Amino acid sequence: MSSENAAEAKFVDERPPSLVRQAFRLRRTQIGAVLALMLISVALIGPFLAPFGSTEYVDLPNTLSVPGTIFGTDYFGQDVLSRFLFGGRTILILAILATSIGITLGTTLGLTAAYLRGRADEAIMRALDVVLSFPQVLLSLVVISMFGPSNVLIIFTVGLSTTPRIARIIRGAAIGVVERDFISAAEALGESRKRVVFAEVLPNVTSSLLVEMNLRLTYSVGLIASLAFLGFTPEPNAANWGLMIQENRVALTEQPWGVILPTTALALLTIGTGLIGDGFSRVSAGIDRGGKGE
Amino acid sequence: MKASIFRFVLKRIGLGLLTLFIVSLLIFAVTQALPSDPAEAMLGREATPEALAALRADFGLDKPIVVQYGNWLFGILGGDLGTSYATSTPVSEYIGPRVGASFFLLLIAAVGSIPLSIVVGANAALRRDRKFDTTSSLVSLILAAMPEFVVGTILTIIFSTTVWQLLPAVTYLEVGAPPWSDLQGLILPVLTLLLAVTPYVARVMRAAMVEVLESDYVEMARLKGMDERTVLWRHALPNAVGPAFQVIALNLAYLAGGVIIVERLFNFPGIGSALADAVRSRDLPVIQFLALIIAGVYILTNLLADIGTVLVTPRLRTRLK
Repeated sequence: MSSENAAEAKFVDERPPSLVRQAFRLRRTQIGAVLALMLISVALIGPFLAPFGSTEYVDLPNTLSVPGTIFGTDYFGQDVLSRFLFGGRTILILAILATSIGITLGTTLGLTAAYLRGRADEAIMRALDVVLSFPQVLLSLVVISMFGPSNVLIIFTVGLSTTPRIARIIRGAAIGVVERDFISAAEALGESRKRVVFAEVLPNVTSSLLVEMNLRLTYSVGLIASLAFLGFTPEPNAANWGLMIQENRVALTEQPWGVILPTTALALLTIGTGLIGDGFSRVSAGIDRGGKGE
Repeated sequence: MKASIFRFVLKRIGLGLLTLFIVSLLIFAVTQALPSDPAEAMLGREATPEALAALRADFGLDKPIVVQYGNWLFGILGGDLGTSYATSTPVSEYIGPRVGASFFLLLIAAVGSIPLSIVVGANAALRRDRKFDTTSSLVSLILAAMPEFVVGTILTIIFSTTVWQLLPAVTYLEVGAPPWSDLQGLILPVLTLLLAVTPYVARVMRAAMVEVLESDYVEMARLKGMDERTVLWRHALPNAVGPAFQVIALNLAYLAGGVIIVERLFNFPGIGSALADAVRSRDLPVIQFLALIIAGVYILTNLLADIGTVLVTPRLRTRLK
């Protein structure tokens, strides 16, 4: 229903409504936004609502009926609800920072490659291909094995491993733009290269950029939570949804909440951002993605 | 024209080997930049300087870095993978049986995902914008967004613990035992990998199929009075598989990374679990070798995808001239 309508609207109206507006007319984008906002609030406000501390001992481990708690205690005798309320903040902040690094670097490199063409393009893209030949989890693990799982390191590794993936998409979107007349016109007017790239080319690839931002945020949340699930968090007993699942899954039959709460949260958060990304890609038709590995 | 294809394939293989070489340099550079000394890590802080020096000499850590790299690379090429720091056994002995197990897991997931995504994608294209299409697109989207360990955990909650207790939550497999000796334990890990990959391939398959179904030759076949099934399976599908090929291969490459998490989740004794363990104990030779194979599989699959796409797409094949 959506993309056809959107295409028709373009003929009626000289200036179609902004991409964001169009995307938010879709039901799935709206649902996605509600889900994402809900979970982002839990992650950011949760710590202030937690009845207990994030690593406070409350009662015997893996007990369901503990007075003063709703979901009982976890494998270590800590309050499940409090751990849950604390557990999203780090993942979300790290993922947002990592995605920002990836988007900034990836867009700059992609635009530069598309604009310069020829040898420079080839050199940039081949260099990025080397980074691309590591699956993201693998690259993160190799770096973590050497320097330990610090937050800064996780942000940079995830950001850098995202960069070539974004650069490829942006280059692909920009390569058609750089050949258009208004770019030659800008060059003829004597605009600096930097200005041509960022003021003339960049505004014409925003639809790809929006889609990419949402997808990369979704995958970065997944990747960072996965690293925590493997046990790689700065502190060994950090309140973190990924790590919570790992810690409590052995007692899944006695105390399911310790796993169900963080699993649901991660699922809804990634589905939310995923739906928003899909909304954007639907209104900016022609973007169909091949997979996380790409 | 044959010669041009041959040249393209050779060039692509050369590029793949070059990438692999740079990747090996990179792995070595990153892993040797480590702040702690593996000899000290093994012997503890109280070790005498003589004992440390002896152990370093044992591992060849006292030699210049270029020599260390050369020794490592030629060792691997000659089948000598070094000795694991953590277990003091040869890496080949430690990793060997796990490679087979992981390969088996990947193979079933890969082989299963291809027909599954073709069937889902083709059916969605046939019933375009109807219930099957919208539902499958939404389900794909949801599955694609979630990280694998969340999908796997949800499956565990549903099928082996909280809701029903039908399947084992973990694989009971001795290291080195044939992976098919615990078939039940394989179901959930394979299912998780299938669900991680299928959405992408199904989506591209659908798009390709939609395009083919609108083409003139499909209309022609229908007008000739062929029955719909023949039109679909003999005329439309083979032409839609071509475009999906690259994506299939890319996602198989992706599995090489995804398997790390999924093996950990189900305690499957493959290279993924071994890598996670090695990272925790900073077992350098194991990390270096596993990183090299996983990246190697990734590069190889991408290489095959590029070559395969050119070979199955007539338009690209002629452009090579």
